[in-house]
Amino acid sequence: MAASPDAAAVQNIREVTEMVASRKLYSAGFITDIEADKVPPGLSEDVIRLISAKKEEPEWLLNFRLKAYRRWLTMTEPEWAHVSYEKVDYQSISYYSQPKSMKDGPKTLDEVDPKLLETYRKLGIPLREQEMLAGVQNVAVDVVFDSVSVGTTFKKKLLEAGVIFCPLSEAVKTHPELVKKYLGSVVPFADNFFAALNTAVFTEGSFVYIPKGTRCPMELSTYFRINERNTGQFERTLIIADEGSHVSYLEGCTAPQRDENQLHAAVVELVALDDAEIKYSTVQNWYPGDEDGRGGIYNFVTKRGDCRGPRSKISWTQVETGSAITWKYPSCILRGDDSVGEFYSVALTNHRQQADTGTKMIHIGKRTKSTIVSKGIAAGRGQQSYRGLVRMLESAEGARNHTQCDSLLIGDQCGAHTFPYTEVRNPSATLEHEATTSKISEDQMFYCRARGIGEEEAVSMIVNGFCKDVFKELPMEFAVEAQKLLAVSLEGAVG
Amino acid sequence: MLLEITNLHARVEEKEILKGLNLSIKPGEVHAIMGPNGAGKSTLSNVIAGREGYEVTDGSILFEGQDLLALDPEVRACAGIFLGFQYPVEIPGVSNMTLLKAAVNARRKHNGESEIAPNDFLTWVREQAKKVKIDPKMLSRGVNEGFSGGEKKRNEILQMLVLQPTLMILDETDSGLDIDALKIVSDGINALRGPARSTVLVTHYQRLLDYVQPDFVHVLARGRIVRSGGPELAKELEEKGYGWLEAA
Repeated sequence: MAASPDAAAVQNIREVTEMVASRKLYSAGFITDIEADKVPPGLSEDVIRLISAKKEEPEWLLNFRLKAYRRWLTMTEPEWAHVSYEKVDYQSISYYSQPKSMKDGPKTLDEVDPKLLETYRKLGIPLREQEMLAGVQNVAVDVVFDSVSVGTTFKKKLLEAGVIFCPLSEAVKTHPELVKKYLGSVVPFADNFFAALNTAVFTEGSFVYIPKGTRCPMELSTYFRINERNTGQFERTLIIADEGSHVSYLEGCTAPQRDENQLHAAVVELVALDDAEIKYSTVQNWYPGDEDGRGGIYNFVTKRGDCRGPRSKISWTQVETGSAITWKYPSCILRGDDSVGEFYSVALTNHRQQADTGTKMIHIGKRTKSTIVSKGIAAGRGQQSYRGLVRMLESAEGARNHTQCDSLLIGDQCGAHTFPYTEVRNPSATLEHEATTSKISEDQMFYCRARGIGEEEAVSMIVNGFCKDVFKELPMEFAVEAQKLLAVSLEGAVG
Repeated sequence: MLLEITNLHARVEEKEILKGLNLSIKPGEVHAIMGPNGAGKSTLSNVIAGREGYEVTDGSILFEGQDLLALDPEVRACAGIFLGFQYPVEIPGVSNMTLLKAAVNARRKHNGESEIAPNDFLTWVREQAKKVKIDPKMLSRGVNEGFSGGEKKRNEILQMLVLQPTLMILDETDSGLDIDALKIVSDGINALRGPARSTVLVTHYQRLLDYVQPDFVHVLARGRIVRSGGPELAKELEEKGYGWLEAA
């Protein structure tokens, strides 16, 4: 086991854990006392026991975490991705730091980095939301939403429909049978290095359950999950769409999100039962680091959907413009006959950003169908890789896949790479793969300029056109924001 | 004077193409520039519009009295210069409406005006599209994406009708057009003729000039204007070719 840096702190954790274990009852006051303690950096079984105790978790969940942790210790960080970065020191991270203190935040917007505010302004974000995003003191998210009473209306409507939408840690208590049945059933605890780490230490995330035959009355968004202010470093999301149900889930927002945590290792699991449909849309705009590649988030995410029932459908749409390093492959396991998997992606890397992203479509059921549309844009010194696997098992009679994978280069110092993998074990399967790499041509630029359109606007217009096939999959208001976001992210890419 | 070109020398990749070209255009005039292949006709169009890679080594171009060569291409366009391309490029995924709107608003911004109201704009574009027989459905398609040669040229004229430029430079707009398309394109050009607006028709053939009557015809050869005259000069060229002028 890895050693913790601070022996006294470890001793402290041991004592607390033992106290918790001996009491078996967790009074609110006691929890508050613990929260006042600063959990030192470092990862050990004791830290995991502490996290689990703080969350008042049942024993099976603690054991699940520990199993993952023990396996993680034997695993090595993957190096096959086309990215290079300085390795994370896992013993320097504090694995339990919530609730995050507002005391250290800026007092008013005047204290916030003007560059950040300028970006908010360009994206058209209202002032109250700007304060929230910048982490200004005493501006609670619920205040922002309560002022227009969106939050309240929202909760009431969901309740009427029987939809469960709450933090995962809450669901563990209120719907333990569902969590126990589905957690880790799509992404096993030992799936990969980052998923194992997440399983061991996750502290935040969402839980969604859509009952049989229910169409979720509104788009669910992390944006509206009013009881959590910060997105966690190790988020864990679980969405279950029961038979014949339908849900659209939006993750993230277009505003640039700053975070002191460099490593983000989230896990998202989706389960679609018979005839159910899940649409999962992401706009990821974490801090990308500065123009020379200093700072920035490592975004190492495992996202996977299981089309468990016949005729079920899972659709991933992502717009990835942020983070210094992106390592992300939202995937579909097409288990049910006639199930459908989709992956629509726009990934942009500017300056020194690196992205290795794509998908996996695993065809198991008969007549399963998958569509992949990937649009990668590299500017500055950005590096962009598409990595996709289409696997058709022997059982996948009549399965079909269509992959379209396009890269757009802006400037001559960036790079775009394509790594497609295919495995077909059923001769009746159909696979189509189209790939293009293009540059914004001098002809296109001059054409726009000769019509009076300036260089930056022309680039942004051409890039948006390139991404159209993906943007049209996004919910309407998200699509508009995504276009603005691309324009902002491309600033400084020309000239 | 709307456009005044004096002793223009320009080169492309170290090769001098224009060698002391002079041309003056007054408001309301239509000038045809004819000449053999490689004489520098397209170079002249590109130099006026400000394309990168065309280096002006000597001479000047004044547009409404201001030094055109000091301006970026988008500023020239906003000032009222329009280049109709010989080979209009495709911009996949960017709809014709998006491009037109960006172009119109860029010019309005340049003139210190607010953005155009979406409804007014739509009505205006549809009216113009009718003039060049462009189906409204084509407006939502990508710029020149999958357009036939004739459709691309008609689309250039549509942009010109929408933007209402002061100086229209049409670079071999007639090439590759059948007679019906040539008629439509000519009607579009003629519709914009007026006392404040000037046109430069760059062409190989007399054909276009049967539909758009020029006030002046110039022959461009070996990088300069070697002869100027009225419409009758075009007819003479049609009969005799360029050889007699090049030898001169």
